[in-house]
Amino acid sequence: MKLTKTLLATTALTVAAAGANAESHVEMADSMTIVSWGGAYQESQLKAYVEPYMEQNPGVSVTWDESSPEAVAKLRAMDEAGNITWDLVDVTAADAMRLCDEGLAMEVDHDEILAEAPDGTPATEDFGDMIVSDCFVPQIAYSITNAYRTDVDEWEGRTPEDICALFDTENFPGNRTLERRPINNMEWALMCDGVAFEDIYDVLETEEGQQQALDKLDTIKDQTIWWTSAAESIQTLADAEAVIGSSYNGRFFSAIVEQDQPLEMLWDAQVYDIDGWIIPEGLSDEKLARVEHFLKFATDTQRLADQAKYISYGPARASSVPLVSTHAELGIEMAPHMPTNPDNSDNAFVQNYEWWADYRDDIDAKFQAWLAR
Amino acid sequence: MSDATSNANTIDAPTPEKGIAAAEAKNNPVLAADGTPLKKSLRRALRAQKLRALMLIAPLLIFVLVTFIAPILDMLFRSIENQIVSDTLPRTTSQLSEWDPATDELPPEAVYEAFYYDLFAAVEARQHTRLGQRLNYENTGVSSLFRGSGRDLDDFREDQVEYIEDFSPEWEDAGYWLSLMSGEGGEDFLDTRRDAILALIRESKRSPLGDLWCATIATCATAPEDIDIGYTPSAEVIDLLPRTSEAYADFALITVLEEEDSIAEEEPWEAVYVALAQDLAETPESELAAFSGPQAQALVDLKAGLADVEAQSFRDLFAQSDDDWVTPSPWRTIQTYAPAYTTGYFLNAADMQKTPDGPEFRPENERIYGLLLQRTMFLSLTITFSCILLGYPIAYLLSNLPMRTANLLMILVLLPFWTSLLVRTSAWKVMLQQQGVINDVLVWLGLVGDGSRLVMINNQFGTIVAMTHILLPFMILPMYSVMSTIPPSYVRAAKSLGATNWTTFWRVYFPQSVPGIGAGSILVFILSIGYYITPEIVGGTTGTFISNRIAYHISSSLNWGLAAALGSILLVVVLALYWAYDRIVGIDNVKLGG
Repeated sequence: MKLTKTLLATTALTVAAAGANAESHVEMADSMTIVSWGGAYQESQLKAYVEPYMEQNPGVSVTWDESSPEAVAKLRAMDEAGNITWDLVDVTAADAMRLCDEGLAMEVDHDEILAEAPDGTPATEDFGDMIVSDCFVPQIAYSITNAYRTDVDEWEGRTPEDICALFDTENFPGNRTLERRPINNMEWALMCDGVAFEDIYDVLETEEGQQQALDKLDTIKDQTIWWTSAAESIQTLADAEAVIGSSYNGRFFSAIVEQDQPLEMLWDAQVYDIDGWIIPEGLSDEKLARVEHFLKFATDTQRLADQAKYISYGPARASSVPLVSTHAELGIEMAPHMPTNPDNSDNAFVQNYEWWADYRDDIDAKFQAWLAR
Repeated sequence: MSDATSNANTIDAPTPEKGIAAAEAKNNPVLAADGTPLKKSLRRALRAQKLRALMLIAPLLIFVLVTFIAPILDMLFRSIENQIVSDTLPRTTSQLSEWDPATDELPPEAVYEAFYYDLFAAVEARQHTRLGQRLNYENTGVSSLFRGSGRDLDDFREDQVEYIEDFSPEWEDAGYWLSLMSGEGGEDFLDTRRDAILALIRESKRSPLGDLWCATIATCATAPEDIDIGYTPSAEVIDLLPRTSEAYADFALITVLEEEDSIAEEEPWEAVYVALAQDLAETPESELAAFSGPQAQALVDLKAGLADVEAQSFRDLFAQSDDDWVTPSPWRTIQTYAPAYTTGYFLNAADMQKTPDGPEFRPENERIYGLLLQRTMFLSLTITFSCILLGYPIAYLLSNLPMRTANLLMILVLLPFWTSLLVRTSAWKVMLQQQGVINDVLVWLGLVGDGSRLVMINNQFGTIVAMTHILLPFMILPMYSVMSTIPPSYVRAAKSLGATNWTTFWRVYFPQSVPGIGAGSILVFILSIGYYITPEIVGGTTGTFISNRIAYHISSSLNWGLAAALGSILLVVVLALYWAYDRIVGIDNVKLGG
């Protein structure tokens, strides 16, 4: 009985709040479905800007959908069914480009819909090169990088200095763990096979170059455990199943700093990638108004800097970088753990989206055939 | 998997049909009470009965058809469907059909010209990158070729466009263009263009069912076929300026249908200006002067002025945009995939590819699907056999224990069933990995050296163990339900007649339990052949199934056509195996329960 009453009261309150909201913003919907990755990353989004936004705009309800890994396929299916149920989708830059190509994401005018920096720099300049597609609103820069265990007896005190330790089974024996797709692995293989940094993609364009990379990977194939989700890779390293391997830098951060695993970062040749929002094509006017209102808030300078309190991903805005402070719970400085920190970014490179958009299907077929053999 | 005890055809007893047949043989129809022939009245009664039965199952039938069969058929249909090429590049593909791809010669200028107008409309409708992605599956690099040239298209024959715009301010005025193109008699022309543009923007074609729905149940937005574009093309202009009319119609249709703007306010695309310049160059002055519209003199003047403006060939323009356009390779791909239906996906699924000389095997280092299909079959069979070996004793035990104990054991069998699939799979990871429980115990016992721990996961062994565990209940349950109906008296009778334990089991008990094994095997085999989560986690590189590639093509590479082709092949293989099973063992010999 009591429960029913409480429920009724809550419902009444919600309705009242919704009504009040509808009056103040006549044209805005009061609910949004946001699609993200789940886990620590979604938590950082919730803390840094979704909760503050809901506080400022009582009556707005947010539904989360943790479908970002399959966002492209699901959006395509929704579009074919003629019923898009998502309002804002968090995707990687490569996926944003594909969604834009397929006409599933809306092209946006960044200067118009995004807030400018506190000093008045327009958004397009503040985000700079991070805007890799007309549909894409960047949020964070992360990287795919490597880490190694610090307690391997066979290494006799040697510590990996550069990316080629991955392929050096003599000095650094033990299992490796790498992502089960060609992107990044092919580049690292060529770098360690004597190909100059700037020639990598020219070489990879040729049949011989692709074979060269696969041959290099062949030298560690028997000792590699291939992962498909980043959590697997961390688990494999934490269990000492593998002694060195790749994952996202934020995952390593939480394993090393928050969970105290005996791991050390190997920042050399880390590959930057960008993550951000896209708005699905074909939202109703009310939904679009709400989404744009939220987006302006969620990607402003302070909010992006706030997000770095909860996860070690670098804010996509140049103006947010100086504002990055300490971890919300541990109180440690976050800057040294950012992939964009100068000490970490010596030999870093940015994933070549356009190139991979062309070659992914072809090289992936060869890579998977190589793996299966 | 049906029960085969009630086979009506074999009953040899008098039936109404036989009675009627007998009466008719005597040429003497039997009459019912109301005077109609009995045969007719009986048929009517039966028909009503059948109809009633059909009505009873109709909701389920419709539900299954709509939510299950139709989506599957739709998905499988994608394995041959390929309309996107001819829908996006209709003029190019028809021009290209006359080009011989076997020669190293480039396609003629007419192809490049058609491609310019096609691509321009596709860019405006934002469909060109989608086509680029589609063709990139077949020819690496086409994706960025389309994206890059799509950006450059606005600048083609820039000089002409600018000349017309600067010639007099009217040419930049949307209203002036509209009045030039409007007139009478062009309705059919506009309808033809409308069909082409609707195919391009993939607006759903109107279906009879949709019409009924909109007319009776819901109020729908106006169908794209009925939306007013805002002008009627003039038949005279269509004859005089054919290219311009077509380009303008495309512009008008996309502006109204896709962008929902009004053509009275929008300046035409650059392509319309290019088309006008082309038309004027080819139309004699006398015909222009004879034009009945007020713009006749303006057209004549424009023609004279444009004569001095240089126009580069479309081929050169595309060559400047990207060198690859002056190689035969992208054109071969477009031509090869121009038909609305293609075998390309199926060839790809069979490790082959289309070439101008017919299908060919892919290079050795790209063949994967044959290997994966073999592996899927082998692993699924192994899993099925291990399930039989492990499940049979358990099912036997369950069916022979007293009820209380049997129920307890049954719960133990079902318990893993109620645990999340991912939890069970991950648990196997913890058990089997090199630093895992089993290896630790073996090292502790001294059976295995610390340096030579067994590799039991991320390979086929891991997949077999984890999948056997997960699918075991599907084997035990049908076996148990069959075994519990075998009367114990048979076994006792055999023993009392002097049979040994083994003979009793093998000659009396086992044959009666075979239907349970059959049902369990079919269930386990069919389930395992389509599994992909468990192999993905524990299979490493050698223990993955073809379903893992299907999942990859559905959710990552977005090559749904290839995924559909692989799925169709898998379906056919399963049906073939089912048929073989029926021939060898007999499907009547399969029971899910007593």
